[in-house]
Amino acid sequence: MMDVSAAYRRYQFLGGEFLTWLWFVIETEPDSLRGIDPDLLSLEIGNRMVLERRPQRGGLETVTIKGDHAGMEEGLLAVRKGALVAEMNLVFTAGEHQWHFSLKGESLNISGLKVPETAPMESTEEVEGAVIDKTFLCDRIVQLVDNLYRRFIGLRLGSGWSETLVPRMRKWIVDETGMSTS
Amino acid sequence: MGLLSSSVSLTRYRVEGQFPDPVIDSVTGALAKNMFTEIEDPAASKAMGWTSFTDPYRPDFSGSSFIIDTLFVFSLRIDKKSIPSKVFKKHYTMEVARQLAESGRQFLSREEKTAAREHVMTVLQTRMPATPNLYDVVWNYERQQLWFFSNLKSANEDLETLFVRSFRMSLIRLFPYTAAFFNPDLPDTGRDVLAKITPTRFVE
Repeated sequence: MMDVSAAYRRYQFLGGEFLTWLWFVIETEPDSLRGIDPDLLSLEIGNRMVLERRPQRGGLETVTIKGDHAGMEEGLLAVRKGALVAEMNLVFTAGEHQWHFSLKGESLNISGLKVPETAPMESTEEVEGAVIDKTFLCDRIVQLVDNLYRRFIGLRLGSGWSETLVPRMRKWIVDETGMSTS
Repeated sequence: MGLLSSSVSLTRYRVEGQFPDPVIDSVTGALAKNMFTEIEDPAASKAMGWTSFTDPYRPDFSGSSFIIDTLFVFSLRIDKKSIPSKVFKKHYTMEVARQLAESGRQFLSREEKTAAREHVMTVLQTRMPATPNLYDVVWNYERQQLWFFSNLKSANEDLETLFVRSFRMSLIRLFPYTAAFFNPDLPDTGRDVLAKITPTRFVE
């Protein structure tokens, strides 16, 4: 295995590609996500997305899209100019329950995770039960992210990535931004 | 932003290594040996150690109190003295003025200024109470997984340092490369491809 800190920098792009792929899948083939979690009802983009581009001349360009009903056109335009999704807020629905969280590409860190409400803790004796409930609910998202990432990495390291998936993603970007490739 | 907060942030790790049986005794011993102790040296600026999840200001790991279900649940406590820049500036300015008045000179040399800065910092640190920060840890020993409930870079670095020192095990942060490398579904050929991949161009 590579040195961890060197690998963190070297493979930063992989996290951006993962989130960009996830956006593509959510928008174009959401039904394909059903196998990721047996109870998955939907996985949707939430109220925030950050895209980053590192121009060849150096530096970092960032586009942030915020708001509950924000249009994603600016994001797609940024992707068309070479940006990748760096961070996205997601809403996972399973049965009657919803989880909200943000996922960062370069670290796979989960932040702002809000799980379905559980019974309020009324005494210190109930701490154990609360911990068990909370870790179970957090684990749903950890498993979801793991399964999504495993599916992505299987595709990313296979020959179908550059032969089939990337052309389809390019077409999606072009179609959604309403511009020709020429 | 702890485990039981309404909104949590978590960083995931893989734990490499195993304890000899009985595992619980080894964990208890390592936690107790590296338990948080209050800052005794008034000039010290930082202290860190493990503490109890349920009672973080009175750490106690006896009686397997850190075990919940199949998990080891405890917290990392980091106490830091941070001196606000404006407070430092005020005391430094006063110290420089005092030295100038005493010496009758108009300027201090670079060395004198550095010494004054260090003196003011030391004096303020002895007076300033440390701010406690608590970060929860959930360790699933069987699954070799550890969740740290913070994404703060400095807190994660402190966790990694203290964990290795306490348990003599590697703590590997899961990020795109390591998550791919440790993916159980990835064949050896996949690892070879992973070693060579380059960024995709999504624009033609």
